[in-house]
Amino acid sequence: MAIQASAAVTAGDTNALLRLWRNKEARAVIIQILTLAILFAFFAYIIDNAIQNLARLGKTFSFSFLEQPASYDINQHLISYTSQDTHLRAMTVGILHTVLVAVCGIVLATAMGYILGVLRLSKNWLINRIVYCFIEFTRNVPVLLHILLVYGIIVNVLPVPRQALDWSKTAFLTNRGVFIPKPVFEDAFVWTLVAFFAAVAVVWAYRRWARKVQEETGKIYPVLWPGLAIIVLLPTLAFWVSGSPLSWEVPALKGFNFQGGMVMRPEFLALWLALSYYTSAFIAEIVRAGILSVAWGQTEASYAIGLRPNRTLQLIIIPQALRVIVPPLTSQFLNITKNSSLAIAIGYMDIVATIGGISLMQTGKEMESMIIVLSIYLAFSLIISAFMNWYNKKIKLVER
Amino acid sequence: MDDTAAATQKYPPGKHPSLPPPGLSTGPLLWIKENLFGSVTNAVLTVLAAWLLWVTIPPLLQWAFLDAAFTGESRKDCQAQSPGACWAFIQNRFELFVYGFYPVTERWRPNLAAVLLVVALLPVLWDNVPQRAKLLIFTCAYPFVAGWLLIGGLGLKPVTTDQFGGFLLTLVIGVTGISFSLPLGVLLALGRQSKMPVLRTLSIAFIEFIRGVPLITLLFVASAMLSYFLPPGTDFNLLVRVLIMVTLFASGYMAEVVRGGLQAIPKGQYEAAQSMGIGYWKMMRLVVLPQALKISIPGIVNTFISLYKDTTLVIIIGLLDPLGIGKASLADAKWQGLSTEVYIFVAVFFFISCFGMSRYALYLERKLDTGYRR
Repeated sequence: MAIQASAAVTAGDTNALLRLWRNKEARAVIIQILTLAILFAFFAYIIDNAIQNLARLGKTFSFSFLEQPASYDINQHLISYTSQDTHLRAMTVGILHTVLVAVCGIVLATAMGYILGVLRLSKNWLINRIVYCFIEFTRNVPVLLHILLVYGIIVNVLPVPRQALDWSKTAFLTNRGVFIPKPVFEDAFVWTLVAFFAAVAVVWAYRRWARKVQEETGKIYPVLWPGLAIIVLLPTLAFWVSGSPLSWEVPALKGFNFQGGMVMRPEFLALWLALSYYTSAFIAEIVRAGILSVAWGQTEASYAIGLRPNRTLQLIIIPQALRVIVPPLTSQFLNITKNSSLAIAIGYMDIVATIGGISLMQTGKEMESMIIVLSIYLAFSLIISAFMNWYNKKIKLVER
Repeated sequence: MDDTAAATQKYPPGKHPSLPPPGLSTGPLLWIKENLFGSVTNAVLTVLAAWLLWVTIPPLLQWAFLDAAFTGESRKDCQAQSPGACWAFIQNRFELFVYGFYPVTERWRPNLAAVLLVVALLPVLWDNVPQRAKLLIFTCAYPFVAGWLLIGGLGLKPVTTDQFGGFLLTLVIGVTGISFSLPLGVLLALGRQSKMPVLRTLSIAFIEFIRGVPLITLLFVASAMLSYFLPPGTDFNLLVRVLIMVTLFASGYMAEVVRGGLQAIPKGQYEAAQSMGIGYWKMMRLVVLPQALKISIPGIVNTFISLYKDTTLVIIIGLLDPLGIGKASLADAKWQGLSTEVYIFVAVFFFISCFGMSRYALYLERKLDTGYRR
């Protein structure tokens, strides 16, 4: 007995590690400690390399270059910017450009995608096939190619400013961009804005009241048309009463290009249109899947309790379809934002082209610039996911 | 007289010959009525669609085929022949589009690699291929065989990777990314599902980082920043850096697709496997992953397709894929202004490959649907 026990103890001593390894919890701890150790060693190694490399090149790691003058031009800017401004200012212009094209793209892509998705479900064979071909062609060709193709068409096919395609001499379509009249606001225009916001508030309150009445008594008051009427009529009235305080600055041909008015440059236009129709093909499929996911029985049940087709769509189908549509729609919105970085291929000055492109080249601050660019995109992604998660929670059906 | 006689003729009950159906209730006319002119909206839509097709398709065909020039040595030759598309440019630069600057004498090697790619794909795409087990071993070895063939060494003349270009480059990046991102993605998905907090946190951080930034910024990191993290004095190939980044990028998305599949597997499957006393890896390999991967096939193929499309982004850091070759060739004064032709040519190439992949995914989905559905 005693001999056996001591033998077991000595064997246990030599195999202590093995025994530890065979214990599930202990093994988990060992694996995690090892992983952390390897990870720390790896990071220590590459950071050490980076320090040595920076020292060898005589560079330092600091973000102070953001305060230096950028000394490059950006052909269009939403906030005032000259080449004397700092890199930080250039970066802000870039961020605004990314936000602009992403927001415009999301709006247009959602609208187009919704229409295409509904048309794809149409009983009309011809429409159905055309939309199918459009969606398949668009989805299976790289987005960069779409951007370059649209840009090429705008620059090469549209006429030069002298032979611009015009729309009753106020808006012009040329290969230098689309020129539209620019509104010039006078001070009294404030009243129109005030009237607009007041109208929105009134409609919002009316809608709450109508809902409450419907829940309590079952009586339905129309909301959509009266609401629209109030929102349109009230500001219009204020506009006339305050003496039409708005004039238009019409673009005019001077020399080789148009002056005045507002311009959408070819770079913005190409990026916006290409991103929108590319993403709309994906959104169309999402919308289609969402609508198909609502069982036909739901429609029949709704008809059975006497709802008319448009009320059925509004109250039964869409709320249930949205539950399926919103999560994949979120990733499409994220995709538009991320794909807007392809702007650099056609020279639209977004965040990658400003701080990650020209600023990086001029200052040689590769690491700092790339860290800034990566963190900005991460922040965008987090904001969009947070918003869409909130929205998703709001429209989620409460099930039994 | 005859008509009325026939109409009034008496038949015994049940003996009346069948009458033809009313004109609009059968055949093509019914189809047209139901599918094209079912309601007023439908009729309007049909007319609009027909008008749209009439306005766009004939001029497009005219431009692309009837008025197109297929031979010539410069854009002027094309314009002299006809006003339409100038495909002579594509014809002229075709080899460049396919091989890039790969040495002419060594071009049998990419060709052989392409043939072997088909052989390697056979057992993956087709179940009934003879000797499937042996071929699968070859499939696993294929990326390395192809790498040796293309880069050279060990008896073959070395070719530097900056000579890779055109469709060859697209395939190299696509195939490498696809074959390495799937295993890596599976590992990341398992890490994300793991009970060990450190592994789980690391996997989540990696996946969310990858999915939060655009590929183009990662490529910039690869081209501008990665060399800082290497020991001083070393520098490795731009193409390899790009391959690593593309693989990591795709694996982040792959991990999420596989995670969806893993989450769809009922807990009972894990418990059943554990109750039989098999370990973690064996349980994953034999019970969980086969089911999870099967569910996630559509997502996996979609990730492959987007990876394949994303290979075009490498032109931004200066690699010459078909788009890059096209843009570079257009700088030649003889061929200026033909960007539309180039883009359409490349678009058709991508459309054929990506559409093929998505069709194959549909077929696979139907085939693997073993019908265990409630």
